[in-house]
Formats: sequence, C-alpha cells, structure tokens
Amino acid sequence: MSHGRLKIVSVFSIALLLMISVFMGIGCVDSNEVTDNTSDNENAGSSGITVKGSDTVLPLSQAEAEDFMMENSDKRVTVIGGGSGVGIAALIDGEIEIAMASREMKGSEIEAARQNGIEPIEHTIAWDGIAVVVNPENPVSQLTYEQLQGIYDGNISNWKDVGGEDRQIAVITRDSSSGTYEYFKEEILVDREYRPDALVQPATGGIVEEVSRNEGAIGYIGFAYLDGSTKAVALDGGEGYVEATEENILSGTYPLSRPLYYYTNGEPQGDTKEFIDFVMSPTGQAVVSEIGYFPAE
Amino acid sequence: MFKRNKTEKGIESLLFVSAAVAVLTLFLLCVFLFRDGILLFKDYPLSSFLTERNWYPTSVNPRFGLLPLFLGSVIVTVGALMFAVPLGIASAIYISELASPKAAGILKPFTEILAGIPSVVFGFFGLVVLVPLIQDALDLRTGQTALTGSIMLGIMALPTIISISEDAISSVPRAIKEGSLALGSTKWQTIHKVTVPAALSGISAGVMLGIGRAIGETMTLMMVTGNTAIIPGFPSGLFEPVRTMPATIALEMGEVPQGSDHFYALFAIGSVLFIITFVINIIADHIKNRYKFKL
Repeated sequence: MSHGRLKIVSVFSIALLLMISVFMGIGCVDSNEVTDNTSDNENAGSSGITVKGSDTVLPLSQAEAEDFMMENSDKRVTVIGGGSGVGIAALIDGEIEIAMASREMKGSEIEAARQNGIEPIEHTIAWDGIAVVVNPENPVSQLTYEQLQGIYDGNISNWKDVGGEDRQIAVITRDSSSGTYEYFKEEILVDREYRPDALVQPATGGIVEEVSRNEGAIGYIGFAYLDGSTKAVALDGGEGYVEATEENILSGTYPLSRPLYYYTNGEPQGDTKEFIDFVMSPTGQAVVSEIGYFPAE
Repeated sequence: MFKRNKTEKGIESLLFVSAAVAVLTLFLLCVFLFRDGILLFKDYPLSSFLTERNWYPTSVNPRFGLLPLFLGSVIVTVGALMFAVPLGIASAIYISELASPKAAGILKPFTEILAGIPSVVFGFFGLVVLVPLIQDALDLRTGQTALTGSIMLGIMALPTIISISEDAISSVPRAIKEGSLALGSTKWQTIHKVTVPAALSGISAGVMLGIGRAIGETMTLMMVTGNTAIIPGFPSGLFEPVRTMPATIALEMGEVPQGSDHFYALFAIGSVLFIITFVINIIADHIKNRYKFKL
C-alpha cells in the first residue's frame, strides 16, 4: 500500500513543482517589463527601431525605412501596419519607438500614456488627402458634404438621389482601429454615427478591391492608394467642387486634407532621432512626394 | 532492481506532466477569458448584453449587443452545414464504398490537401473570385454576404467531415455488409440502410467537429462577409452582409483601450465562443457514445 502512496505523492509533487515554476516565471516576466520602460530609449539604438500604426502612413514609412537602411547599413527599421489605433496602443504600452498615425491622439490616449510613464510627442511628417472613391463606371463625379453625410449616416441609400443611376449604394468604411475612419467621422459625419449596414473592411486594400469591382460602391481611402481602378469624386465643402488632385491638396483648397503624424516617447534620441531627421530632410520629403503624399511645410 | 523502478516512475511522471500541461493550458485559457469577460458586467447589465440588438462600441453611449454577432455566426454556420454535410457524407460514401482503389487513392489525399490550405488564402479567393460572382449572379447590392461566407466555410469544413466520415464508414465490420448483401439487398440498400446507420456515431462526430471549426473561423469570414453588425433575417439574411463573433474580436482588438468596457466586451464575446465550442465538444462526445454501434 505504501508503494502506491509513494507513487502518487512523487507524481503529484513533480506536477506541483512544474506549476509553481510556471507561475513564478510569469511573475518574473511581469515585473521586468515595468522597469524596462524607462530604459527603452537607450536600448533602442542597439536593436533597431519599430514603427507601427496607420495603414495610410504605411507605404510612406516603408519607403523611408528602405532608403534610410540603404544609407545606414548598420541600422534596422521595422515597419508594421494595423491602423492608427493599433500603433498608438503599442506606443502607450511602451512596445515601440514610433507610432505612425493619420489622426491626433485622443485625450484619453494621452492620459493613458502618461499613466504608463510615456510622454507622447507629436511630429508632423507629411500631409495627406482623403479621396472619396466610386467605381469608374459610376456616372456620379461630385458630391457635396451634405450628400456625403447622408450617404454615410443612412439617410441616402440610392444613387439616383444624388444624381446617379437607380442602384443601391454599397457604403464601405474602415474598421474602428483606423485613423482614416476617425478622421472621416469627425469631418463628414460630425456628430452622427456611421450607418449600421455599412460594409466594414479590415484594410484600405479591401476598400479599393470592393469599390473597383462593385458598381454601386463608395468608400474613402488615403490619396496614396488612388490608382486607375477607382475614381475619386470632387467634393464641395462649402466653397465649390474641388477635385482630389495634388495641386488642390498642396494649396489647401481640397477640404479633406489632414496631417500625418509620428508619435514618440519624449524627444527622440539615438536611432529614432536619426530616422525622424532623415524623414524631415529634403531627401525624406522627396520620398513623401514620390509616394503620393505632400511634404510637411 | 531499485534503479529500474525509479526510472519507470520517473518516466511515468514525465508523461503525466505532459498530459497535465494540456489540461492546465485549457484551464488557464478559460480563467484568462472569463476573468476579463466578467468585468464587463460591473457597468453593463448582462440582460442588455444578451438582448441588445446593436453593436456600437465606440459611440458616446456604447451599446454592446451579442445578438447580431451571435446570429451572424449562426447563420453563416447553418449555411455552411447545409452545403457541407450532404456533400461531405456523399463524398465519404463514394470514397469508402464505391470508388475503385485507384480513384480512392487519388481522392483522399486531395481532400486532405484542401484541409491544409491557410484560411487567409480562402478569404482572398473568396474576396477576389466569389464575391463579384455572387453579386452579378444574384444582382445584389454587394457580393459580400452571409451566403459567400457560408460557401467558403462549407469548403473549409468539408475535408474534416469527409475524413472522419470516411474513416467511420470503412470501419463498419465487413460481416455486417456481407450479411446484408447475402440476404438479398442491393448495394445501395446496404449502404443507406445498414452501413451508414452503423457509422452514424463517427459521422456525427465529424459533423460536430466541422461545426466547431466553422464557428471559430475568423480570417476568411472577415474578408468576405462585409462585417455589418445587424441581425440577419432568415432566409433573407443570407443575401445581406453579416458579422461573426471572431471577426468582431479581430477587427477591434487592435485599437481598443486596455481596461475599457469595450475591451471587456470583446473578452465577453471570446468567453461566449469558448462556451459554445466547449458545449459542442461535449455534445459530440455524448452523441458518439450514445450511437456507438455494438455488434
């Protein structure tokens, strides 16, 4: 009988030992993360920097990172998309050096960051226009702000109500982690909600895909994503119809233009500073124009 | 002699611990999900969560309704099953009973390959090929509908159902089949009155596992269903966009502020998914044992 007991006790104690070590391991990892936050900036230089966030800023950051790494072969810049909200959340958690965003940080996000010991500093690196796009076969080529608001908040559901064919409007929007989603909501919807039956696409690429194939679709995308597969409409924000072209965005007449930001924890240092300096230099700003955005003044 | 005993016990405990790790992981996952999910109900009543018809997590008065998401998942899964179960069982019957060994040798590996394709590839295929096809064929507002999701999901659940049903059907004892044929039944009568009922427990287990896979599928549905959180009617809801529970978590988890109600609501949805999968597995087990064919 004691033989059986010995077996049970030894099996049980080994399992218990394993569980204890697992839980201790979890505890140790947690306490390390908190103390590492403040020394993050100094360590960043040795292991490369991470730029994460807005899908709108993504093509720009990728091009800048490539050119930067070609000039400085010992430096590493990793660029990840996911939406402005994703990048800002990662900055608040102290996981990355630069958050790229196509919208400003909200008050609640700044507070959350400060509670975590992160002091967000905003850098405007470029300007962008939001193009409202429809299918190239769609006869509608211009919309007023009121019409756009009606389409997006649910009041207008057929193209014939805005001068088009008799066809149902398929309204497309980004998901809520997108800065473009937030910006569009503030500018066009103001205090209304997006209509509940709007199609939600997880990425700008998805919007381009659907609008290019669906004759009744309408969506909004960053200017850099405009290509021949979709058609941008001219917008009237109260001062006449303005086309979504480079000249109009640079001159400020196109109503839906917004700054693109890099957020850092405190003033940038080390590799982070070098990268941002590169982006703001004439070479970096030339890349901005190449991608299809507009240089920061 | 003594040393041999110790080695034996040592190996036994090692194996026990390996098995225990699986149970421990499941337990910890459960705790992790429920701990954060329950926190939603501090500020937001459970009855509202279960009956609210809208999902507006980021508005000024946030409303977290499980109904549109749950029913979205249900309608897509039901559609997928209507497509995959008859097709899957029929294929399994063909492969195990009627196909020549050469044909079976080609068909079976191909269905397994179908199981190995990543779900994002299915989503991409659905978005680029199936969505415009459905929109044009049925003249809809958009091709991103529950029907598209159901078809893709059916294709993804098919290999699971075929594989397990085929195994179940081939393991019906030959004596039973031969007895039926000896008594004068035709081959088809044998199949549908004797073999398939005998394999029923395995087939149901296969269907249940297919359901489990369908309920949890995230990426494919996120790309082809349109993700609109409104309660679908039946059957008209099949031709309208819907949003499933896993897609909601995937779409919103990235930006949600930690510790907010929205954050806890997403965990609550994760908990609901966990409970559903758990219940399905228990039912599958129960069915398997209850309908076990005893000689």
